[in-house]
Amino acid sequence: MEKGGKGGHWEVIELRGHIIDSLTLSKLFDEIILRGGNYVSEEISIGTSKLDPSYARIRVEATQKSLLDNILVRLSELGAVPVESREVQLVESPGDGVFPEGFYSTTNLETEVLVGGDWIGVEDIAMDSAIAVYKLNESDSGGAGRYEARAIKMKDVKKGERCVVGSSGVRVNMQERRAVSGTFEFMSSGVSSEKPMSTLIGGIADEIKAFKESARATEAQEPAKILFVCGPAIVHTGSRDALCCLIEKGYVDILFAGNALATHDIEVSLYGTSLGVSMAEGVNVYEGHNHHLRAINTVRRVGGIKEAIEQGIIKDGIMYSCIKNNVDFLLAGSIRDDGPLPEVVTDVLEAQDLMREKLKGVKFAVMISTMLHSIAVGNLLPASVRTICVDIDQSTITKLSDRGTHQVTGLVLDAGTFLKELCARLSR
Amino acid sequence: MRVLMCRPDYYTVDYEINPWMHVREKPDQALATVQWQALHDTFTGLGIDVELIEPVKGLPDMVFTANGGLVSGNRFILSLFRHEERQGEAAYFEAWANRSGFETVRLSGDFFFEGEGDVLRLPFVTSSVGETLVAGYRYRSEIRSHNQISELLGVRVVSIELASEHFYHLDTCFCPLNEKAALYYPGAFDDYGKKVLSNIFESLIAIGEQDAKSFCANAVVRGKDVVMNPCSAALKEQLKALGFNTHEVELSEFIKAGGSAKCLVLKLD
Repeated sequence: MEKGGKGGHWEVIELRGHIIDSLTLSKLFDEIILRGGNYVSEEISIGTSKLDPSYARIRVEATQKSLLDNILVRLSELGAVPVESREVQLVESPGDGVFPEGFYSTTNLETEVLVGGDWIGVEDIAMDSAIAVYKLNESDSGGAGRYEARAIKMKDVKKGERCVVGSSGVRVNMQERRAVSGTFEFMSSGVSSEKPMSTLIGGIADEIKAFKESARATEAQEPAKILFVCGPAIVHTGSRDALCCLIEKGYVDILFAGNALATHDIEVSLYGTSLGVSMAEGVNVYEGHNHHLRAINTVRRVGGIKEAIEQGIIKDGIMYSCIKNNVDFLLAGSIRDDGPLPEVVTDVLEAQDLMREKLKGVKFAVMISTMLHSIAVGNLLPASVRTICVDIDQSTITKLSDRGTHQVTGLVLDAGTFLKELCARLSR
Repeated sequence: MRVLMCRPDYYTVDYEINPWMHVREKPDQALATVQWQALHDTFTGLGIDVELIEPVKGLPDMVFTANGGLVSGNRFILSLFRHEERQGEAAYFEAWANRSGFETVRLSGDFFFEGEGDVLRLPFVTSSVGETLVAGYRYRSEIRSHNQISELLGVRVVSIELASEHFYHLDTCFCPLNEKAALYYPGAFDDYGKKVLSNIFESLIAIGEQDAKSFCANAVVRGKDVVMNPCSAALKEQLKALGFNTHEVELSEFIKAGGSAKCLVLKLD
């Protein structure tokens, strides 16, 4: 069951016996590393008493086949044997919105399941889902396979839908974490707070440019898209023009934000202030604290942002640029929202569904100054999506990564500096 | 205590399957017989019952009965010899075990297993987990055999990888003395093996290279008596300090085939 993937070669082995007391498991791990391989412990169960044997299932990885073979020979001396491929176990969901007990909980990594004798890719992979498997009708299968597997959210599962239980017959491509680093290797790890920001932003600009050029050149019906997830700090820091510039140049395919970004963007259009602070002078304006409420009220009065633009009420800004350039956007609501604006989707489950729908085809995500939206979107993204997170607070990036969006490249930076530099680079 | 031995009637070195064996340095047949008899008599003198298996011409290593199987209660687990030169012995040990009223057990698996040469019982190590076996692997037995032994006997088997081909069976480099102490030759183990042994025994007595080459860890222990090839004065002193009486029996001719006192007996109870 040896596999070769884009990131290297791997084999899943298992080890049984008194492998803890004998230090065989420790030795096995050490041998893999010493010989230049890597491992992922897929399952380790320790005997409940000293008499009980323990069990370990380990995925052994190496960059070259010869290296993997060398490691496997050594591991077989330690008693490791290759795992036979086993089909997934499918159990019907007991009710709407309820997974079967013991359901396999997904990661955001590329995943395959062994069903009907074939390994098939799990579509719409996102973390914290189950995997539903459907048998296709003869007419639907088109020779591509008799089954279809799809990541499914708890609320969406219907009674009787068959979900994967346990982990046998499921394999996850852990190599993706390394494979997605792209052209920007030196900053692909962790958070950058003490690195030359101008160079880093320049690198991101080059990546975005290359990504868009590639997307434009493709003959695919739905070229890969770039998503921007934005917080209101973009408006507060006076960098809405920079974001508008990116939108107008076609570097933003989709915008995700909350009520606040749109509200303050429109506040600037109508009053020249953001949260009551004059954008021109940087000082609080008399009665400015209620400008955003008045802005919302104006938009609500005419029925929506689009209507306000058509009627000439909103004449510039982020939302204006989106609508004028046919850039898709989604405004998701939250508890503290004022108003909200008519376009804001206040039902979080509905917003989640819409996000998932709009994320199809997204291969690049830039998250700027919004912790909650970044984490929420991160939870929906496959790990193969190139993800950049820019935030003035390092903990936002750390949280995003800790909650499973390991692929993120973080820049600890304020939104204004980032966007202005990015816009300048992309305008050259 | 009851053991199985095999007269060295056909004992010689006709092939080389360990670093000690050299076909051009054959043991002195007459001297080997004298040494074997002295060992036999030492055992009987200590009140150990010795049973005999008939030697077979063409199977010179059959004299090393420890490798013929592993006995637990009434079960005789048959060996699966690694080297072709010794594989012929298995049928004779099986026949003997059947004749002697043992239930013979054949391990099922594609691996090698050389009996008590690689599996040492620690009957005196009593704990809540019951009996523990210490088992060696790499040169002659394979670790996968340990799992079957564990399941078969319902005991914990602690596996140790051997690290020197001169000490190819666990009983050539490790000898449990009692519930707290054991002899071992550090040069035959890697750090993992040494750590595992130190987790089991309070007192591990490291023997020197010379004693190791004299097969002093290849000793037979019965109560406070230790039977072995002559060893250093220092080791004898250490054993004495622990209350053991050392009985030295010259076994130079058997060392030429890579075995000594412990290799020449199979424990039957």
